[in-house]
Amino acid sequence: MTDELEPTMEPEEPPAPEDEATDWYARITGIGSSAGRAMVIPALAVLTALIIGALIIVLTDVDTLPLWKSDPVEALRLSWEGVVTAYKALFVGSVGSKQAVSESLFYATPLILAGLAVAVGFQAGLFNIGANGQAHIGGMFALYVGFSWALPAVIHLPLAIFAAIIGGAIWAGIAGFLKARTGAHEVITTIMLNFIALFLVDYLLKSSVFQQPGRNDPISSAALPSARFPVLIPGLRVNIGFLIAVAAVAVVWWLMYRSTVGFEFRAVGFNPDGGKYAGMNVALIYVAVMAVSGALAGIAGANQILGLEPFRARSNFAGTVGFDAIALALLGRSHPIGVLFAGLLFGALRAGGNGMQGAAGIPIDLVLVLQALIIVMIAAPELVRAIYRIKAPAQESKSTLTTGWGG
Amino acid sequence: MTTTTTAAEIRIRATPEERRATAVGVTLIFLAAFVFWVFGLGVESGSVSTFNLSLPGAVFADLVWAVNSQWLAYAVALILAFLGGLVLRRTHIRLTNLALAIGLGLLALAFLTWAASGKTFSLVGMLKSTVVLSVPVILGGLSGLMCERVAVINIAIEGQLLTAAFVGTIVGSVSSIWVGLFAAMATGAVLGGVLAVLTIKFRIDQIIAGVVINIFALGLTSFLARRVLGEVQDLNSPGRFSSFKIPVLGDIPVIGPMFFDHNMFVYVTFILVIFVHFALFYTRWGLRSRSVGEHPRAADTMGINVFRTRYRNVILGGVIAGFGGAFLTLAQVSRFEENLTAGIGFIGLAAMIFGRWMPIGVLGAGLVFGFARALQQKLGILGTPIPSEFLSMTPYIVTIIVVAGVVGRARPPAADGQPYIKD
Repeated sequence: MTDELEPTMEPEEPPAPEDEATDWYARITGIGSSAGRAMVIPALAVLTALIIGALIIVLTDVDTLPLWKSDPVEALRLSWEGVVTAYKALFVGSVGSKQAVSESLFYATPLILAGLAVAVGFQAGLFNIGANGQAHIGGMFALYVGFSWALPAVIHLPLAIFAAIIGGAIWAGIAGFLKARTGAHEVITTIMLNFIALFLVDYLLKSSVFQQPGRNDPISSAALPSARFPVLIPGLRVNIGFLIAVAAVAVVWWLMYRSTVGFEFRAVGFNPDGGKYAGMNVALIYVAVMAVSGALAGIAGANQILGLEPFRARSNFAGTVGFDAIALALLGRSHPIGVLFAGLLFGALRAGGNGMQGAAGIPIDLVLVLQALIIVMIAAPELVRAIYRIKAPAQESKSTLTTGWGG
Repeated sequence: MTTTTTAAEIRIRATPEERRATAVGVTLIFLAAFVFWVFGLGVESGSVSTFNLSLPGAVFADLVWAVNSQWLAYAVALILAFLGGLVLRRTHIRLTNLALAIGLGLLALAFLTWAASGKTFSLVGMLKSTVVLSVPVILGGLSGLMCERVAVINIAIEGQLLTAAFVGTIVGSVSSIWVGLFAAMATGAVLGGVLAVLTIKFRIDQIIAGVVINIFALGLTSFLARRVLGEVQDLNSPGRFSSFKIPVLGDIPVIGPMFFDHNMFVYVTFILVIFVHFALFYTRWGLRSRSVGEHPRAADTMGINVFRTRYRNVILGGVIAGFGGAFLTLAQVSRFEENLTAGIGFIGLAAMIFGRWMPIGVLGAGLVFGFARALQQKLGILGTPIPSEFLSMTPYIVTIIVVAGVVGRARPPAADGQPYIKD
């Protein structure tokens, strides 16, 4: 797909020389340079997704639709107005005020963490679809520490996060172990572990250990205040979780690009057989990669309980974080910094989506559609190039992120 | 560390069947002990489990099977131990799976008897809903199978089911249910086509393409359900395909209500399984499809159009998933709700793997998973101490066990997941 997705073992090919006199478009957009090339497809993907989103808004406007026959001009005006209102609300809701920015960062937090989880897997050639399940298990571990041990905040909070790391790592480690030991494909096992985790959480929420005393519905006790994520600015929702996410970006970057372990991860992702012949313990690396990935997803899960009201677990409390994470990792090209920015974008979309739902009555599910469109265009740059008539780069390495079930 | 792993691998590879036979034998004996202790000794002596074998109003009404709960458990434990012993002798390695299947069936019977001890339980009712609940799973599995037999992984079954169910609901509400059914199948075909274009033409990673279609389907249907169905309620009330009993066959006790008293979807599903099985293994089309899935290069050399074969099968797979989606809203509930499928597509995927990429296997796996879902629904009525969540997990745990090779190695088509690039 892109050069970033797999570790480059050899020096990069120099960018193809562009015909500068005629290709003004390339000069302006910087398609010729590798950095520009990395940016232009995602940017156009987001733009195209927004345009298609606008079409969807227009086509589903049940009040205006009948008007197209009788008074197309008025219908066009109303539709235009509807789209402008919606996207304005999206914009204002995401970056329009201090509170909006706080909301964007707040929603970006779990996305960045889970996105890192998927990205680490991608770099090692493993497709972790199970971030959702790992977040749920990690969250429950953190919650258990959060409500059952009374400790000072300085120890309690790190301990709860540590528990989330352990929980997520164990859950993902199962898939890694099965892959290493029996060759069971991680995509299948992590999908199945997602469902198992969901039902396990449902069960735990009704068990005497977790259920809020005096309640009959599946809801857990609340984490003690000492285990909750403190907010950064009083009155706003963005909390220390965001700093943890940014720290995780730095740690993952260091791990993947500056440590021996990370080198081995990427080497195995590049070519498992090569790694084996270079003396790496591929089986152990599979388990380690999944554990690291699951640990990150686990922190995302902890954030979904300790980082937001009412600091309790409910059924499916991590929502679609695990699936958004796949989109994020692709958009961020599996690079920690890329994931950070992709997470900020999706967080903004989520916060803006809330604004859009409130102000313009557009259901927030549109954000999911936008995300899907963005991923598909990132994954198939040919689509974007075809729409905007951009020349394909001379050399584009095409990598398979995953292998078939047999592999 | 490396050497020990290799040594272990060699030991596994030396006699995999025998090792498995040992594992199965030990498991069966363990289960025998479990049944003896929990389902046998754990029940008050003399208590009776009563199973209703006919539904109210049947021709042979009031068929009842009453059995002493404890004695049944002891009998099952005995047979399980006997089977386990047979398997452990390893004289008939080939029959290991059969012994395991019989053992698990008996375990289910013992479990039901234990759960129903001192109560009356409509066994035939549960078996009937087993068949109904297995239909979308079987259709999802068949859809996945159609695609994977030509080496295209279809993780988008869930999204195809969901979107087809949605479109079927709306078109069925505006027009007739037959038109709704047709629209749902067309929707499945379109989504199959999208998957095909993304994976065959653009060569996107097949799993990512599937995940994208799932996210898109969930987002779009939820969005439209709130924005359009929420506003215009009339669009969300299609009729339902009614069930019709097949004469004579439908009156057979147990078998009749289980298989011959359903709506059109159930009959078509069973016919479809047989049809796909026949087509896949006894026709030219099937041979070509399989060759494209196993070794596309060789197939191409022999003059088979790999791309056309893949497009056709993936779209056909979409049609089958569309049919399954229509079943959900035009036969089961006749109303669309957000995320109505709730993972059925993934159970279908699991059924395909559990069924080892064979249509008959998908049928069997679908029935097993349908049984688990039916059991989960009925256990609430019986009030057993087993949490329903654990039963809900069963299909997923079984799938993990299968892909981990514990119940025999499931072998996918050789080229599964790999895009084909023509020279």
